[in-house]
Amino acid sequence: MQQPFKAVKVTDNVYWVGAIDWGLRYFHGYSTERGSTYNAFLILADKITLVDTVKAPFRAEMLSRIKSITDPEKIDYIISNHSEMDHTGCLPEVIETVGPERVFASAMGVKALSEHFHLDREIVAVKDGEKLSLGNMVLTFFETRMLHWPDSMFTYLVEEELLFSQDAFGMHLATSERFDDEIDRGIWEYEARKYFANILLPYAPQVTKLLEKLSKLRFSIKTIAPDHGPVWRRDVNKVLDLYSEWALQRPTKKAVVVYDTMWGSTGRMAAAIGDGLKQGGASPKLMPLRSCTRSDVATEILEAGALLVGSPTLNNNIFPTVADVLTYLKGLKPRNLIGGAFGSYGWSPAGVEQVWEALTEMKVDLVGEPLKVKYVPDSGSLEQCVSWGASIAERLKELCGRETT
Amino acid sequence: MKKYVCNVCGYVYDPAVGDAESHIPAGTAFEDLPGDWVCPVCGAGKEEFSPEE
Repeated sequence: MQQPFKAVKVTDNVYWVGAIDWGLRYFHGYSTERGSTYNAFLILADKITLVDTVKAPFRAEMLSRIKSITDPEKIDYIISNHSEMDHTGCLPEVIETVGPERVFASAMGVKALSEHFHLDREIVAVKDGEKLSLGNMVLTFFETRMLHWPDSMFTYLVEEELLFSQDAFGMHLATSERFDDEIDRGIWEYEARKYFANILLPYAPQVTKLLEKLSKLRFSIKTIAPDHGPVWRRDVNKVLDLYSEWALQRPTKKAVVVYDTMWGSTGRMAAAIGDGLKQGGASPKLMPLRSCTRSDVATEILEAGALLVGSPTLNNNIFPTVADVLTYLKGLKPRNLIGGAFGSYGWSPAGVEQVWEALTEMKVDLVGEPLKVKYVPDSGSLEQCVSWGASIAERLKELCGRETT
Repeated sequence: MKKYVCNVCGYVYDPAVGDAESHIPAGTAFEDLPGDWVCPVCGAGKEEFSPEE
């Protein structure tokens, strides 16, 4: 039967059979302005193998792409590299349709899948380093725990030197093009950075360890097939290098100024601080929370050296949008940041004090004291904001200098 | 003193090193970690740890 959706050839024996989610704009709190893809791959080996599936509503699209090259009932094995529901949402139904001989996941994946779907069939646990014969080809599995779930693993197809990397090296980007070399580099580099910052950042030390492990194993990797966004075939080394660089979170001269404001006073402070940072030689990026999402802020933090957060006081409390972004950033555990707290208040400086506490908890190296202004800043307090910004720029210059020597 | 491994993520608690992130000084035995201590990598509780073999 003619299929509305087609599979896309990735290598000689591997096909992309995923789905494109053009309309996705919100992914559990991550703003996805360019939509996303859920990638699944079919290996046409003696044992026909499906690697990962798609989010539940996209099952028909995936099955149609599979049917464009083979009968789904001919699939022998299904591998689940990651249990999160954007890759397993339709797994129970797909198992039902396909009737595979065996379904594989990591040991933690077996647990997670059973806790998600309460399946009544066995999922076979594979160990780190274990090999699986597909007849004429061989797969090797690597556990990648906490990148970014306990169940996460990589599957390597030896004959095609292809790494199925689940969420690692992925990005939320809906395109009809399937490969890195078909997409504008500025776009993929931004979206890959955003993905790293919002999904992998808490586990940056594990990223470093994993990359070391991969390089020790001396696997030749020609193609990386992640579960979101384009397949890497031209810039494999480039994305590996970007990951090792991002994982280190080296300080830079970029200073991110995040704030909200009620009557414009904290906003005016932010603008003056920004100018002071610039005058002192830093590169400020102002992010008013009325216009920027929490995931935009995380993206900017990844390559920054300083985080300055401003909050007015509302009802004796931190401003809610500022609390939101701080809660989010705390979970992402950014490292090697210096920072500061500022804000205007009427009669209680609780807002700025709570920002200070939150940044302390995040282990941000705080510079000076919280900068507080009562009601509306006058020219004197704006001058103070400028010199505060300049002093932070000085610290950044020292830190960056130390890094390069 | 014995090292303990997190069953969830594989992090190894080494008493000789402690856990600076949670202000646990070097030389603290796993048994002496506070009850609310969690794995610095994945956030699992003490009950998810097993002695390293």
